[in-house]
Amino acid sequence: MIPTPFHSRTAELCVSWAWEDWAGYIAAQMYELEHTHEYHAVRTATAMFDFTPLQKYHVHGPHAEKLLNRVLTRNVKKCQIGQIVYTVWCDDEGKILNDGTLSRFAKDDFRLAANDPNLAWLEDNAYGMDVQIEDLTEDLAVLSLQGPTSRDLINAVIAEDISDLGFFRHTQATIEGSPVTVGRAGFTGDLGYEIWLPPGDAERIWDVLMDKGKAYAIKASGTHALDVARIEACLLVSDIDYIPANKTMFDVQKSSPLELGFGWLVHLKKPYFVGQQALKDEKARGPAELQVGLEIDIGALERVYAELDMPLHLPHEAWTDATPLYRDGKRVGKATSGAWSPLLKKYIALARVKSEFAAPGSVVDLEEIVEARRYLIPAKVVKTPFFDPERKRA
Amino acid sequence: MSRSYDVIVVGGGHNGLTTAAYLAKAGRTVLVLERRHVLGGAAVSEEIYPGFTYSVCSYVVSLLRPEVIHELNLAQHGLQILPLEGTFLPMENGDYLGLWPDDGDTREDLKRHSLRDAERYFEFNELMYELAYAVKPILGMVPPDLVSPSLRDLGTLRDLAKHMKSLDRRQFHYLTKIMTMSAADFLEEWFETDVLRASIAGSGIIGTMLGPYSPGTAYVLLHHFMGELDGAFTAWGSQKGGTGGVSEALASAARSFGAETRVSAPVDHVIVHGGQAKGVVLENGEEINAKIVVSGCDPRVTFQKLVDSKDLPDDLVASIGKFKFRGSSGKVNLALDGLPEFPSAPDSSIHDGMYEIGPSMGFIERAYDEAKYGWYSSRPYMDVVVPTVRDPSMAPPGKHVLSLFVQYASYELEKSNWEDERENFGDAVVNTFCEFAPNVKDLILHRQVLSPWDIEKDFGLTEGNIFQGELTLDQLFFQRPAAGWAQFRTPIRNYYQCGSGAHPGGGITCGPGRLAAQEILRNER
Repeated sequence: MIPTPFHSRTAELCVSWAWEDWAGYIAAQMYELEHTHEYHAVRTATAMFDFTPLQKYHVHGPHAEKLLNRVLTRNVKKCQIGQIVYTVWCDDEGKILNDGTLSRFAKDDFRLAANDPNLAWLEDNAYGMDVQIEDLTEDLAVLSLQGPTSRDLINAVIAEDISDLGFFRHTQATIEGSPVTVGRAGFTGDLGYEIWLPPGDAERIWDVLMDKGKAYAIKASGTHALDVARIEACLLVSDIDYIPANKTMFDVQKSSPLELGFGWLVHLKKPYFVGQQALKDEKARGPAELQVGLEIDIGALERVYAELDMPLHLPHEAWTDATPLYRDGKRVGKATSGAWSPLLKKYIALARVKSEFAAPGSVVDLEEIVEARRYLIPAKVVKTPFFDPERKRA
Repeated sequence: MSRSYDVIVVGGGHNGLTTAAYLAKAGRTVLVLERRHVLGGAAVSEEIYPGFTYSVCSYVVSLLRPEVIHELNLAQHGLQILPLEGTFLPMENGDYLGLWPDDGDTREDLKRHSLRDAERYFEFNELMYELAYAVKPILGMVPPDLVSPSLRDLGTLRDLAKHMKSLDRRQFHYLTKIMTMSAADFLEEWFETDVLRASIAGSGIIGTMLGPYSPGTAYVLLHHFMGELDGAFTAWGSQKGGTGGVSEALASAARSFGAETRVSAPVDHVIVHGGQAKGVVLENGEEINAKIVVSGCDPRVTFQKLVDSKDLPDDLVASIGKFKFRGSSGKVNLALDGLPEFPSAPDSSIHDGMYEIGPSMGFIERAYDEAKYGWYSSRPYMDVVVPTVRDPSMAPPGKHVLSLFVQYASYELEKSNWEDERENFGDAVVNTFCEFAPNVKDLILHRQVLSPWDIEKDFGLTEGNIFQGELTLDQLFFQRPAAGWAQFRTPIRNYYQCGSGAHPGGGITCGPGRLAAQEILRNER
């Protein structure tokens, strides 16, 4: 694994020594011995995440829009300069390859960011086009600042004023003389910004943010805190909530964006894009499964513990192992990640269930293992996202 | 004459609001009347100094019953508890004791003081969890009436006996000890390190006019082990935006079920006709009718101020007269220009938890000695938090709020009065704190000092007792607030009590409020 440009700083803070592999980079799972404070920083202050491992591509040239419109399911024509859009892309069978964000810098100038490497797929699709695709992954360091004080903190370190930067918009700015891109987005469902910056300035900018950030209760935060926050916001992660179609040979492991609740990102009426016909067909017959949010009945879980003469235990961290769901003893889907939400005081999970069980109010049974015993705990389909504060867009 | 309600709740503290929310949820028309300009009673956040929000009185949350959070959906109404982990105790010799969120860190720290205690500390915690778990069901029970037991009371007694029988010998043995011993004696059986004993003994004296060597304090200690947060026992936290946020969440839940709340509406008395409550009269003369009146005030106010003692049996009047309030605590809130710096602190993670000023058993007992004879401690014991470390919304960027819970201060002063002594008491608090964190003196932008007398005057808590009456064993369970009247009823028909002066007692538990609502609904049937 390779260190990110912030490693000298993150390593110093990471007293837990809890690291993970994120697309080949060393990423902190949590800095402290547990993630609790880092999670609460997302919802009450500012949590700072090192998002450098995001795979970043610079797509530019006369046919940039044409290429992106061919690959991405969204209509790229509608993406304005200065805008960021969330999008997915699929293979020819309409199975999802990845999700990510597209930022438009000029008519023929875009950046695409995703969790997994996609360079080969972009190049294959660019055959015969006048377009350049560069992998910027190592050329740009990324910090994500998330939480209610993030705007004030960024305004305190930046030469410009980003108060008017709209949700899913980006702008050029300067921190201590370094040119950076500030985008109002993130992966927590809260008010938040991503800062894309030159790796050579990474340590200096980290230090400025940590120093000025003290007044805004900043906390360097890792993937474990992020997991709880993104589950509350119902944001899916590749390799956890779905497997990219190019990473598996088995149909049973593939998913379509329509099943994943990404229907709103699929613009079927635009000109040709990869997977269009398959997705049109799927839409016509209706997806077999649908993405839902579950609220697990903790009263029932408490009764299970009481049977064992134990008080209720709640998961302290998010779990990301696919877990079967049943109705009347028959398997009807799977939960892909779940967490106790300290904010909502609810035990929630992201799941995919057969379409007929996907309506809000529908109840399925989640398999829970308590003291090495299997139990079925009722879980109700509820409206999502679980958490969607006004400040995210305001 | 304004409209009539099914229920009027007198006092918009956290328990009054809880009762209101449950009754409104059950379909009753409910009006909450609060004397002050803001809801919450002692669970209140106020911007006393511009830009700084103080949790004026109550400052931490742990005992809030999870069932209340779920049944009233409080998280959706703004309840947001931020965990408060670890305790930092600076010592007089420049050393410190750290009880950290991580057990390994704590063990390492304790080893510096005593290898033996480093092991026993965890056994002790296990025991306290076990005992708290054993006692907990009692907190959710309506106490049986032993004076004239009904069929239901006999049932409760049978359940209680069954529960006691289910405890093993060891648990029973320790439970007996904890019910009878002083915190100091109990802790001496466990630990050889004085500062460790002192760190735990603090929980045994909070809100109580007893020193750590007074019998009965071991139980108060256990009371503070009964909290839980997100399924984790003994976890403490603080509400985002200050403790008033808990009350606001309760009020918002109550309103969502249709309850009405009115502030600046002090009740003069309850209207009683033919032994039955009919409504209330406000201090401005306004009369409001209701089928049921519930008092969230303490027993002194409930039985002696809101109603005429001629409507009550003599023995109850006598019992309430003897009910011990004896406020023992003060509160100092500081607006600071920066964070406290303790020369003895190992690193900055101490700010994530509480600081405790009470470096030895002798220190705490001496603090008590001074108050015992009608004064206040010249070097008081303090439980201190800086909520702004986790919650920057409570102060401007870079500034902080320091919340100091202080013991001891006698409600009655032998040689002076609180109007004259308040700021001297404040000086004693700040000076003592600055013995351990000297930089604080130069950081103070504003200071609010509350003596027990102020707490009574401003929040209506008799003698400034934060629990609406001492949490000693003789005033708990079926004796809270008086034998025969522990089931939330009063001798006046349709007049109920729902405050911390009723079972299961003080702290932000919402327990009395919830049980009172259940009893009211049960009696209707």
